[in-house]
Amino acid sequence: MTGLIVLDHLVKRFGDLVAVDDVSLTVEKGEVLGFLGPNGAGKSTTMKMASGFLEPDSGSIQICGCDVATEARAAKQHLGYMPEGAPAYGEMTARGFLSFVADVRGLSGAARNTALDGAIERTGLQPVVHQTIDTLSKGFKRRVGLAQAILHDPDVLILDEPTDGLDPNQKYQVRKLIDDMAKEKAIVVSTHILEEVDAVCSRAVIIDRGKIVADSTAEQLKLKLPNHNAVAIRLSNGDLAKTKKALDGLDAVDKVETVSEGDTVSQLRAIPLNGKSIAGDVAQCLTTNAVHPEELYVEHGSLDDVFRQITTSDTGGADA
Amino acid sequence: MRSILAIAKRELRAYFGTPIAYVFLAIFVALTGVFAFFIGGFFDRGEADLRPFFEYHPWLYLLLVPAIAMRLWSEERRSGTIELLMTLPVSISEVVIAKFLAGWAFLGIALVLTFPMWISVNILGDPDNGIIVTSYLGSFLMAGAFLAIGSAVSALTRNQVIAFVVSASVCFLFVMSGTDIVLNVFRGWLPEFLLSAISSMSFLTHFEGVSRGVIDLRDIVFYVSLICFWLFVNAVVINLKKAE
Repeated sequence: MTGLIVLDHLVKRFGDLVAVDDVSLTVEKGEVLGFLGPNGAGKSTTMKMASGFLEPDSGSIQICGCDVATEARAAKQHLGYMPEGAPAYGEMTARGFLSFVADVRGLSGAARNTALDGAIERTGLQPVVHQTIDTLSKGFKRRVGLAQAILHDPDVLILDEPTDGLDPNQKYQVRKLIDDMAKEKAIVVSTHILEEVDAVCSRAVIIDRGKIVADSTAEQLKLKLPNHNAVAIRLSNGDLAKTKKALDGLDAVDKVETVSEGDTVSQLRAIPLNGKSIAGDVAQCLTTNAVHPEELYVEHGSLDDVFRQITTSDTGGADA
Repeated sequence: MRSILAIAKRELRAYFGTPIAYVFLAIFVALTGVFAFFIGGFFDRGEADLRPFFEYHPWLYLLLVPAIAMRLWSEERRSGTIELLMTLPVSISEVVIAKFLAGWAFLGIALVLTFPMWISVNILGDPDNGIIVTSYLGSFLMAGAFLAIGSAVSALTRNQVIAFVVSASVCFLFVMSGTDIVLNVFRGWLPEFLLSAISSMSFLTHFEGVSRGVIDLRDIVFYVSLICFWLFVNAVVINLKKAE
């Protein structure tokens, strides 16, 4: 099966700046792809090209098998797109705006009403449908943008920063909505909020300076971190030397470092070889040596660290 | 076709969603009256026709139509909705046509609201209503030409004030192109046939016959092709600059 979204060697230049540099990507049905990158890395430009708003300088885009350049109308029928900031006509009511989008999309009669009611219900817009969009809170405005994108039940959804600027409750609702739709659609969500990828995405693509620098699951990305699955141990100073020596002797442990040394308690970190899980080995080793740690936990590393490690657009150099 | 109607309908509603529409309509109706009665000497002429009323339409349009056209695209750019609109399953030309039709319909409403003039002249005398209808249609057509220019200029910028000033200036050139003010600039260094080409672009000349109720096919062709040309420019500009 070919993917619902196929980006093929996309290149986009703005003057001398190569905003998107040879990006190829395929998204299958059922996938929620988190599109990550620092500001200015080319996320929005790529999404604008995928939605058919911008034309690439070279390369091609297919949505559900329709070429965005040559079969624009068919491709756009299959696509729901929420631009960055969810722009909408502020003087219209929420329902009026959605009706307008339904009309332009050629929905009519019962199908139109079903689509409108469905989109309003799924995005929880019922309390504000008759309010003008200008008077809505940021969260509701964003949901109007989402409702507009899912109105015609498209096979492909492209959402540019759908949760940017929302409060935790609103974020949760938007993520739940994406999660609910994930099975029968191909969804691309751009974000620079990394917890989002953990929360909703089945796949994470990181773009930096116009190039894709990582493409895998959130879990696999974390494996790239040296500290992934490291075990941190807090213990009294008396046990320090003994424990360090014992842990060093374990096969699965790459090295042991002293994180902090206090007056009475210190902290050690056992770093595994190849990110393997070593919690069991460490626990057993401590028991064998009769060490009673005050604290013992597994470090996972956060996606933030991965992000910092592999993207350098903003800092101008690797600092992780 | 249905999307054109949907977009045009939204656009027309948007005019009435702000006070601009009512201010515009009130000023338009008031000014047409002022020009006809005080400057055109409607009563002094002692003739039952609406010539003094129609004669000043090009000058009114010169200032008022750019005000109607300026927001057509600038606003779309400023608020970012252009990205939404262009990713809906419609083509650029459909959107250009829809927006033009909405603005034109609005100008049509403004013209229709001047009906008290027509009633007055019918009460006072016995005018040739055929001429009046013809003049109304001619004026409407000319308004379309002004609007097409304004719409194309509006597509160039996200700033409504710039859109207004530039399109009013371009419209001024078209209105005045038959007069010495414009022609003297070109006289001496442009060949004669280009000079006459420029002077033949004059809105005034092409409207003169129309305001007398004389419909000349050439005038209709002039305005219609002008509208088509500027809408084409409009679509090209949007296609080139939609993301800026």
